[in-house]
Amino acid sequence: MAEGGALLSLDAVTMQFGGLKAVCDLSLDIAPGELFGLIGPNGAGKTTVFNVITGVYAPTQGRILFEGRPIQGLKPHAVARRGITRTFQNIRLFGSRCCRDNVCIAGHQHAGAGLAAAIFRTPHFERDEARQQREARELLEVMGLSQWSDTNAADLPYGQQRRLEIARALAGRPRLLLLDEPAAGLNPLETEELMHLIEEVLRRFKLTILLIEHDMRVVMGICRRIAVLDYGLKIAEGTPAEIRTNPKVIEAYLGEEVEADLGAGA
Amino acid sequence: MKHAAWLAGSVAALLVLNFALLRLFNPYIVQVVMLCGINVILAVSLNLINGYTGQFSIGHAGFMAIGGYGSAMITIHAGSGWAAALAAAGIPTGLAQAGPLLVALVGGGVLAAIAGYLVGLPSLRLRGDYLAIVTLGFGEIIRVLILNIDAVGGARGLPGIPGWANFFWVGGGMLAVVLVARHLATSTHGRALFAIRDDEVAAEALGVDTTRYKVLAFVIGAFFAGVAGGLFAHYLSYLNPNSFTFLKSIEVIAMVVLGGMGSVSGSVLAAIVLTLLPEVLRPVKEYRMVMYSLMLIILMITRPQGLLGSRELSLAMFRRRRVAAA
Repeated sequence: MAEGGALLSLDAVTMQFGGLKAVCDLSLDIAPGELFGLIGPNGAGKTTVFNVITGVYAPTQGRILFEGRPIQGLKPHAVARRGITRTFQNIRLFGSRCCRDNVCIAGHQHAGAGLAAAIFRTPHFERDEARQQREARELLEVMGLSQWSDTNAADLPYGQQRRLEIARALAGRPRLLLLDEPAAGLNPLETEELMHLIEEVLRRFKLTILLIEHDMRVVMGICRRIAVLDYGLKIAEGTPAEIRTNPKVIEAYLGEEVEADLGAGA
Repeated sequence: MKHAAWLAGSVAALLVLNFALLRLFNPYIVQVVMLCGINVILAVSLNLINGYTGQFSIGHAGFMAIGGYGSAMITIHAGSGWAAALAAAGIPTGLAQAGPLLVALVGGGVLAAIAGYLVGLPSLRLRGDYLAIVTLGFGEIIRVLILNIDAVGGARGLPGIPGWANFFWVGGGMLAVVLVARHLATSTHGRALFAIRDDEVAAEALGVDTTRYKVLAFVIGAFFAGVAGGLFAHYLSYLNPNSFTFLKSIEVIAMVVLGGMGSVSGSVLAAIVLTLLPEVLRPVKEYRMVMYSLMLIILMITRPQGLLGSRELSLAMFRRRRVAAA
């Protein structure tokens, strides 16, 4: 933990697919308790960063330290057990299971009773199962999903599915939560609610959040620090105010929108 | 204590059922009931792999063959001598056979489970069609191996297996597999299997060791297929490699799909229906298999999600149905 106790540090991470460098020499330090935003135009490599952190890909080069220990090259479930869980940009719920089961599955790693205990229904198993169900109910309550508890995840309204994704990731009791475009496809009202929810989650669960988001209002509104990716390269890092005025960022990302806005206004 | 009472109750109920079956019905009906029971064990065990975990395995007959031949060899070479010695020592025949039979059934199951582990490991990288082809190949390899091993009779088949298995044992096997499947489904381990079926990437990202659980599904499923094979061997007293062709695997898959992927009671129901159907259709003689296929097609068109979908019958309903079928 050379960098003053960062929770997660990426040290010169490169992810190469054949001739394409999706992420190039990326270094990031995320402090405990932070709400950190990662933005960039389409195809900038944001989701690849998530996939590298969570072990879906092993980075071509570089190191990833979580709580001071290297996690690059670990399998995704091992990374989850270290305390990093995530949501997905394209919702990936367990559609045939009810909301409670979805949340319970993520609590799986904290289940104490083994297979034999489950089959023979030992008192240890019954206690463990009751605890899991109780925790799942509590979490659904906090996330405002209580009324959907027995509904199949696939039958939920879209906005609630996004919420359930976050609830499910929280059930893994992460110390670092990765949110991949949680506001994608939400209407302005739902987006507003989501922003409050994310801040609430940060406060209540005392964790650290790394957020990828397309909606600039969300990122600028709630993140204390932001990094900007463009073609796999980090082109800027700083507070929302610094990012907003950074000429490189305006050129690479905001510029398009500003021009578009001007064009629309003219 | 609860478990002991439950076990004693099941043993008593099975003994009564077995006695009643042999007394009240002719051997033909007894045989149909036995085959129903064995198919129920096969269907529920395959449901753990195909229905719960979503891994498409079409090599179930291979696991059944390993269990069948394995348990038969255990009994022929050790069990029958042991049973004879116990009987000579004045222990009642039924009891003297129970020990060796249990050892043979569990032994056959364990052999099949080991095979399940070995098949499960390399096939984990494969999904869908590719896994299906590997398991298909596995099933055929087992059959061809048996066909060419002279010690187990080769193409002539393996005669002289003591016919110890009766409805007490088949019913016990059914109870065991249904109990394991249901208890698994309502535990964290079963939820992990369902998670893999629904979305493997998400399951992995949430801390489910997908490799371990896929192998686990194969091992448990293969174990009970092996037990079913052992019961089959000890009921018919004779084994032939032709009983374990690719068609047998397909038959079991038909039961799982018809019952509903992931529904234990659906598998039970479908196994009984698909075992009875060819028997009920005997009067139409040469059109029997045509009718059988036709009815399968009609059933799948009208209920593509299976008889029960992914739901379960309530326990009370389920008991009524099984007694009615017996």
